[in-house]
Amino acid sequence: MGFKDFCFKKSLWVFHFGGASCNNCDIEILDCLTPRHDLERFGILLVGSIRHADVLLINGSINMRDKERLLEIYKQAPKPILVVAIGACGCTGGIFAEGNTFAGPVDKIIPVDAYIPGCPPKPEALIAGIVKLAGK
Amino acid sequence: MVVNLFYFFIFPGLLFAGVTGAFLSWFDRKITARVQFRKGPPLLQPFYDFFKLLLVKETILPKHGSPLIFLLAPVFAVFGATMAGVFILLPLFNITTGFRGDLLVIFYMLTIPSLSYILGSLASGNPLASVGASREIKLILSYELTFLLVIAGVIMKSGQQFDLYSVIHAQQAGSPFIGSISGVLLFIAGLFCLQAKLGLVPFDMAEAETEITEGMFIEYSGPAYALIKLTKYIMLFILPSFITAILMNGFRLEGIGILWAVVKVIIVVLLLTLIRNTNPRLKIKQAINFFIIWMNLLAVVALVLIGFGY
Repeated sequence: MGFKDFCFKKSLWVFHFGGASCNNCDIEILDCLTPRHDLERFGILLVGSIRHADVLLINGSINMRDKERLLEIYKQAPKPILVVAIGACGCTGGIFAEGNTFAGPVDKIIPVDAYIPGCPPKPEALIAGIVKLAGK
Repeated sequence: MVVNLFYFFIFPGLLFAGVTGAFLSWFDRKITARVQFRKGPPLLQPFYDFFKLLLVKETILPKHGSPLIFLLAPVFAVFGATMAGVFILLPLFNITTGFRGDLLVIFYMLTIPSLSYILGSLASGNPLASVGASREIKLILSYELTFLLVIAGVIMKSGQQFDLYSVIHAQQAGSPFIGSISGVLLFIAGLFCLQAKLGLVPFDMAEAETEITEGMFIEYSGPAYALIKLTKYIMLFILPSFITAILMNGFRLEGIGILWAVVKVIIVVLLLTLIRNTNPRLKIKQAINFFIIWMNLLAVVALVLIGFGY
């Protein structure tokens, strides 16, 4: 692992994209940044602009309208960017997979680097996923 | 010539101020984390952030905007911060004596980073960036007068000396300016000016990340944003050094004095961090009122007290 990769893995800034979510995954993602779990000890920060992001967290089922916005956000992100699909809806579609407005799970729209399943995944599972991503 | 380049790039300038500022930035984040009962980032985190942005990420140019100014603005910001750092740190470390009137040059140089942020954000063509830029302009207009009054107070206290070296020596010969009532008032006003210049929380409306998603810096990515980060690191070191120099006796770099110098800068940064962590973000109107009315009043009271010899 070179110096560049090392710095990149040590300082992952996270941008959060919520699709048509039930907000459980959003709450669990925010819980990772609270004092109890504190992702900042791995150098992970939540940033407000996609231009500063290194990791795109996507949760919720992606419907027809979200699809365009997700593609636009992915296009606007400075490369290299890692994409993480969170929750049953992000990974497979969950109970919405048969829905008529469902536009496919995240990996049919943009390439995904890590999947964190669960409905919602526990903060521990999110941390485990992100640490595995950083060690990849 | 070579000596000047050395001053600019290596010792009191870019490299030294950048590295020290990065460690202070880690200190700031660590204290923030401890205040919130978190563990906080590792020691080298600011370096990881900087090198990641500089070496790994790509810079995206906004479609509607002026790419040249957009890319040059961070360079100007680094240049202004470094020049101010050189002018502050050379007399402070007792390397050269500076020149007559360098307090005013420092005052203008310290404004250049904010001005370049405004230029860069307006050149990006993003509506949220222009909201941030307009707030930063109003903030500059409100705090600069207070900052100038603080410097005027220091000049009056040191017996009409217009250069930093004489101000430091006037204190080291007598007593530090902060040891008097007017000095304490000037220190309070100066500390809030520093807070606004650094864009820390009560006055971070120009880069409010939850409200206008990083405001002025919304379009910056990659190496350009790395330069902005570097400017922020440098400013986090030179502004506390400046207030240490003008009010808290400067540095006396021999024996135990080195420890004192470090402690003084760290105390100023600690105060800034604690103010940042215990206050919510103000609206721009409240910030203007705060500076134009209250801080100016405080500084003027200090000036009057200096006139009467307190």
